[in-house]
Amino acid sequence: MNKLGRTSVAMADKIDEEGLLGKPVSLWKQTFQRLMRGRPGQFGAAIILFLVFVAVAAPILAPYDPQKVLIGVEDVRKREAPCIHVLGCDVTHPQHFMGIDGNFRDAFSRVIYGTRISLAIGLSTVSVALFFGVLLGALSGYFGGIVDTLIMRIMDVILGFPSLLLAIAIVAVLGPGIQNALLAISIVTLPAYARVTRASVLSVKELDFVAATKVMGGSNMRMLFLRILPNAMTPIVVLATLGIAGAILDAAGLSFLGLGAQPPMPEWGAMLGSERNQIFSAPHLVFFPGVAIMITVLGFNLLGDGLRDALDPRLNN
Amino acid sequence: MSALVQFRHVKKAFPVRKGMFQRVVGHVTAVNGVTIDVARGKTLGVVGESGCGKSTLAKMLVGLLDLTEGEILFDGKPLHKAGTPSDNQASRNIQIVFQDPFSSLDPRLPVGHSIAEGMVIHKIGNATTRRQAVSDMLELVGLPPIAANRYPHEFSGGQRQRIGIARALIMKPAFVVCDEPTSALDVSVQAQILNLLRRLQGELDLTLMFISHNLSVVQHVADDVMVMYLGVPVEIAPSETLFSNPLHPYTKALLSATPIADPESRVERIRLEGELPSPINPPSGCTFHPRCPLANERCKREVPQLHEHEGVLTACHAVEEGRC
Repeated sequence: MNKLGRTSVAMADKIDEEGLLGKPVSLWKQTFQRLMRGRPGQFGAAIILFLVFVAVAAPILAPYDPQKVLIGVEDVRKREAPCIHVLGCDVTHPQHFMGIDGNFRDAFSRVIYGTRISLAIGLSTVSVALFFGVLLGALSGYFGGIVDTLIMRIMDVILGFPSLLLAIAIVAVLGPGIQNALLAISIVTLPAYARVTRASVLSVKELDFVAATKVMGGSNMRMLFLRILPNAMTPIVVLATLGIAGAILDAAGLSFLGLGAQPPMPEWGAMLGSERNQIFSAPHLVFFPGVAIMITVLGFNLLGDGLRDALDPRLNN
Repeated sequence: MSALVQFRHVKKAFPVRKGMFQRVVGHVTAVNGVTIDVARGKTLGVVGESGCGKSTLAKMLVGLLDLTEGEILFDGKPLHKAGTPSDNQASRNIQIVFQDPFSSLDPRLPVGHSIAEGMVIHKIGNATTRRQAVSDMLELVGLPPIAANRYPHEFSGGQRQRIGIARALIMKPAFVVCDEPTSALDVSVQAQILNLLRRLQGELDLTLMFISHNLSVVQHVADDVMVMYLGVPVEIAPSETLFSNPLHPYTKALLSATPIADPESRVERIRLEGELPSPINPPSGCTFHPRCPLANERCKREVPQLHEHEGVLTACHAVEEGRC
């Protein structure tokens, strides 16, 4: 029988203290640093920061009240093309960067104020869906058995319908309006969060540090909400970021169909919807809100892609 | 010497479920009737190949799994019993060091918080005394107290295992289960951790249950050794006796499989034929008989019980009959 080498023990007993004297780096901080190193993360974050700035500074940036009808105030025509002075538009004519819409309002101001609405839509629907989805998924994955079966079958029923059709049905029952549209979008996106959370919780709950907490006498709530959930959040964070883009798009879709934001609210989807018949005579009125939607969705998608890469455990160094 | 922990006919069976309605179609008996005492201040080594029920036994002892049958006594009082919920306060006295140092610490928590968690759960002390206790513990396991603020991914495997030991010891347990604490580490670090455990055992008057499939490690740390095969103890002996004079044919085969660092030595290998049988459908009689070189008709029919033979407990008809 071989004895363990004494010399190697003595040598290795010196503990390497190097690297323990710097500042501690948490995993979230590490992830953020990695996110900011990649192009998608940089561009996504830049676009979103820009949009947040526009939303916050809307009253300063917008030259007009987005809901003010300019008949009798200025000499403008209905659905007038953009007039930008530096690009050669007659200086005596009032300046409108994106033209005038079908109700004599300044389209540029409406697009600017629309940023506020779209960001609020994205954040609020995802927050609601995330909160309930994560809660249901976590309970389902942690407790298993009958709880799991019950919750997951309900989620399956919701997933069984095409999401936009179900959202339309919900709005049809509750009545059109921005709040009901948001509620509908939250409900149809909730099962995705529940499923992803459940899967993630299932894998994390088998890890030894959860068992360690149990051995210490930790309660179920402590294990689920302090040990398991924070470590199961990685895929959920990515899904939520991408989900904001999807929610903004869905809300715009519902508003386009007249089921979401109601006039005169300057919502991008509603702006598209109200001017869609004039797409050939006044293309600027669908072009600019469309571009705004595209940039916003692009920003959140880029950030989501960047986060997914930054949180990938295979890149862990 | 009184027994600190006593296993009494401990059995664990996992149901096997199949089909759409998850019907129970059978049971895997991971631990099938273990009765053993662990003496205060001593180390019990538990050895056996994968799937023999070593870890299941440990998990039942620390309360991670319920017992199917039997009971576990701590200091003479019932700790875990089949069919009844365990006493949370008493189980504080038994802590565990896990096998994998990479999954046994919460990666999002500074290790100081991980170590102090037991104190937080049991509301021991306040923030200041806890911080003091954590840095004392870190020093005890040979890490600088400053390490408390750092995250697990900033440590090496051996350092994390030290942190795992600190976490187990902060509750001032009388008994620590080490579930293969060195198998995920490389050899030089293994020796450090083993020496640390031995030192702490002396300083803190600990009783250890040391689970391993590495026989030389067990020989290094254990006072008594229990050899398990398919959920059953086949031989229980003092460490020296077991390694110098193994009785059970399975123990002999295990020992002969250990490599010896001497090219001149030519010890006859006992090769075991076949695979470990399925615990869902274990062989009749002695579960070892299909692979045993000494098996006869009696071994196929009759389950051997542990009996004493020269101060050693073995469960083997051949030893009993003097056939080896």
